[in-house]
Amino acid sequence: MHEKTLAELSAGLAAGDFSSVELTRHFLDRIERLDGRLNSFISVTAEQALAQAEAADARRAAGEAGPLTGIPVAHKDIFCTRGVRTSCGSRMLDNFISPYDATVVERLDAAGVVMLGKTNMDEFAMGSSNETSYYGPVRNPWDTECVPGGSSGGSAAAVAARLAPAATGTDTGGSIRQPAALTGITGLKPTYGRCSRYGMIAFASSLDQAGPMTRTAEDAALLLGGMAGFDERDSTSADRPLDDYLSGLDAPLQGLRVGLVREFMENDLDPGIAAATQAVIDELKRQGAEIVEISLPNVHLSVSAYYVVAPAECSSNLSRFDGVRYGHRCEDPRDLEDLYKRSRSEGFGAEVKRRIMIGTYALSAGFYDAYYIKAQKVRQLIAADFRAAFEQVDVIASPTAPETAFRIGQKTDDPVSMYLQDIYTIAVNLAGLPGISIPAPQSGGMPTGFQLIGRLFDEARLLNVAHRIQQETDWHTLAPEGF
Amino acid sequence: MQWETVIGLEIHTQLATESKIFSGSSTAFGAEPNTQANLVDLAMPGVLPVLNRRAVEFAVRFGRAIDAEVAERSVFERKNYFYPDLPKGYQISQAELPIVGRGRVEIVLEDGSVKTVGVTRAHLEEDAGKSLHEDYHGMTGIDLNRAGTPLLEIVSEPDMRSAREAVAYARKIHQIVTYIGISDGNMQEGSFRCDANVSVRPLGEEKLGTRTELKNINSFRFLERAINYEIQRQIDLIEDGGRVIQETRLYDAERDETRSMRSKEEANDYRYFPDPDLLPVVIDAAFIEAVTADMPELPDARRARFQEQYGLSATDAAILTATRATADYFETVAEACGDARMAANWVMGELAAALNKAGLAIARSPVDAQALAGLLARIVDKTISGKIAKQVFEAMWAGEGSADEVIEARGLKQVTDTGALAGWVDEVIADNPQQVENYRAAEPDKRKKMIGFFVGQVMKKSQGKANPQQVNELLRAKLDT
Repeated sequence: MHEKTLAELSAGLAAGDFSSVELTRHFLDRIERLDGRLNSFISVTAEQALAQAEAADARRAAGEAGPLTGIPVAHKDIFCTRGVRTSCGSRMLDNFISPYDATVVERLDAAGVVMLGKTNMDEFAMGSSNETSYYGPVRNPWDTECVPGGSSGGSAAAVAARLAPAATGTDTGGSIRQPAALTGITGLKPTYGRCSRYGMIAFASSLDQAGPMTRTAEDAALLLGGMAGFDERDSTSADRPLDDYLSGLDAPLQGLRVGLVREFMENDLDPGIAAATQAVIDELKRQGAEIVEISLPNVHLSVSAYYVVAPAECSSNLSRFDGVRYGHRCEDPRDLEDLYKRSRSEGFGAEVKRRIMIGTYALSAGFYDAYYIKAQKVRQLIAADFRAAFEQVDVIASPTAPETAFRIGQKTDDPVSMYLQDIYTIAVNLAGLPGISIPAPQSGGMPTGFQLIGRLFDEARLLNVAHRIQQETDWHTLAPEGF
Repeated sequence: MQWETVIGLEIHTQLATESKIFSGSSTAFGAEPNTQANLVDLAMPGVLPVLNRRAVEFAVRFGRAIDAEVAERSVFERKNYFYPDLPKGYQISQAELPIVGRGRVEIVLEDGSVKTVGVTRAHLEEDAGKSLHEDYHGMTGIDLNRAGTPLLEIVSEPDMRSAREAVAYARKIHQIVTYIGISDGNMQEGSFRCDANVSVRPLGEEKLGTRTELKNINSFRFLERAINYEIQRQIDLIEDGGRVIQETRLYDAERDETRSMRSKEEANDYRYFPDPDLLPVVIDAAFIEAVTADMPELPDARRARFQEQYGLSATDAAILTATRATADYFETVAEACGDARMAANWVMGELAAALNKAGLAIARSPVDAQALAGLLARIVDKTISGKIAKQVFEAMWAGEGSADEVIEARGLKQVTDTGALAGWVDEVIADNPQQVENYRAAEPDKRKKMIGFFVGQVMKKSQGKANPQQVNELLRAKLDT
């Protein structure tokens, strides 16, 4: 059953080929047998999952099932889930049982989705390798000596290893797309504001966005339909109707204008990545798309701007973790200052501390204009570059990540090289645009990703292009051995 | 040396919204600790603020009331600092782009002259919770009921030159916010709190002296005292060769002094930046128009109207418009009884005295405006005399019912029946032959005075119920012939 895509499972449930309880048992069993090798889950909620599956089957029997009813899904442990530990990959929240559900979780729950558990992640979503998690690194099912990417590395590894048909992720600078690329799955970061951020533990509020991590674009369309939509509890969520992500999936690509970013394709692009990208471009051409070289003149400033804005916001967002109301509190604090200092020193890991310090510095009096204000200006320039480009093309294409999965520990002492993992993805967050990563041909036996960037709220088009590529190729169907 | 004082005020006024500025929790005062704090107020991981539209309306209303610019676009920012009663680790406030810009109010000085005080800005922000230091065996309790309560911080220009002026300004702002209904202005409950920036400089000097900020002032009396203490402290310090340091000082009402709380050197760097969880507040002309259309009459306008419409003196009009409750009360009475002059006298006289004695606000008066109007109507239609009315008022105050009920129950209705009056008149004439003789012997212009004795006697016989005018006429008819 685990070989099937979400769409196939949905059809199977509808046809009565199997029940949600059977399906859920099957995946819970796989998690139990196989996840020891991956560490992709922080919490497995078997009992709750089976109860949800039973309810889903009952709902189907009552004739009230939708396409997602009874489908097992894993949630990144950044989403608050009522009554279940929500750790965000941090010691700080190791003891935190959320009293409420995130909007994304609530919506999927209402659609009848079964939650298998909570997936591992970089601590507070800060990382590109899943090595900063308090719960230990996640391993890449294609090579367990390698990282799965991050921060949604647990979700990526679980979907790649068929421990879950689909998972939720979040993407602040590439945290859905880069791990999707490194594990050979499909990951969509929607337009900023398309999915509610309510109940999604904030890293960088102006960049964070939830999205689906699946095997195929069609599955991503199905899952996004259940996650997205306006939420009055999130002032930054978009008050506009959802598109039907499924109906346009098969539209032909004849005449589609695809922009290839000059700045991303020159310099020292890894040859394996370059070849993989070219293969997908060739497929697009074969289907009648027109390839146009475009320029994003300010895109080289993305990483620098991002590493001002994101840490600045995180330094403030993470202030609530103070040991006063919930989360980690140090033993026997002497006084208030001791309570703060030790609780936070003990509760946060090194990368989180690094970013809090960078962000605090960037917001400090005397530096604010030079860093934060400047970075916001760069952001506007980058958004303007994209706007100009989208006057010439319908979608923009690039590699997702600069290389295939690297070995665990290889970059942990070199944060800047780690930060460059997101060199192709970060600009998309800065501009608030939707982006999708789909599997491209492998390089050296490891998955690579191909990124498509769309206009604001043009998710349907991205899914259509991705789906058409996947209809004619089999890169997305490859599965890691032993899982 | 002669010194000049320079004072600016920062007033935090709690907005009278039903729910908090960024969450749906109630803002009611006095609930059990932490019963009015929801997920957002507790700053649970993942929660987000949603702006209360009403708070924006109230801020705009204030802007219109002080003739200020209302910003088309204002921005909420985060003020970052750690404190246990600040759950998020930052306060959402407005810094660079406040919702209300430059405005002005007029205050009346002691000599009757009018002075304009500039308002620099007013911005929206959330209140913090409370730290409770009692009863926790050396630990501190946290009550987050107040966390997220909407505040409007109103910052004045350094335009005040004495403690008296500062108090007049603070009272004016208090009057405005309560008039336009955006705050209950309750100072005991902390709905209206003043911080004063105080400095002194040699008279004639243009450069401002170093200022101190006085915090924790929750009454007008303390405001005046705290500023006066601080002025004297600074002058003494400078005259003794010392130097004022910029710092925050706390006013201790019990000891009537200010104490250093923290100096500028130790000040936090709040690392303000725009809150990415909230969109800029965009206010269009239609919104401002709708708020303006809803705006109650402002105190200065009402005072002028009272003088004009009811023929009141400037002083009386000022007293009767001091609070919106008093003005509403007066106007209800005046309209209902039809005699504004009488209504004014009663509201400022009998009613004010009774309220004062009982220590009650006018809104809590046991005799409400309609009831008082009912009483005054009985004077107007001559059912009772003004003197009897005071007796009736006391009974109404004591809860004996409406004016008519008291008049009926106590049989206080004025006697106008000529037969009964004539009887009392005849008796009085018969009982006082000497006075009658004296009266008749007197010059006509002296008689006018002398008749008072007979009227008094008749009133006495009638237990005050006789209509004095009728009695007068009857007596003259009998005595003058």
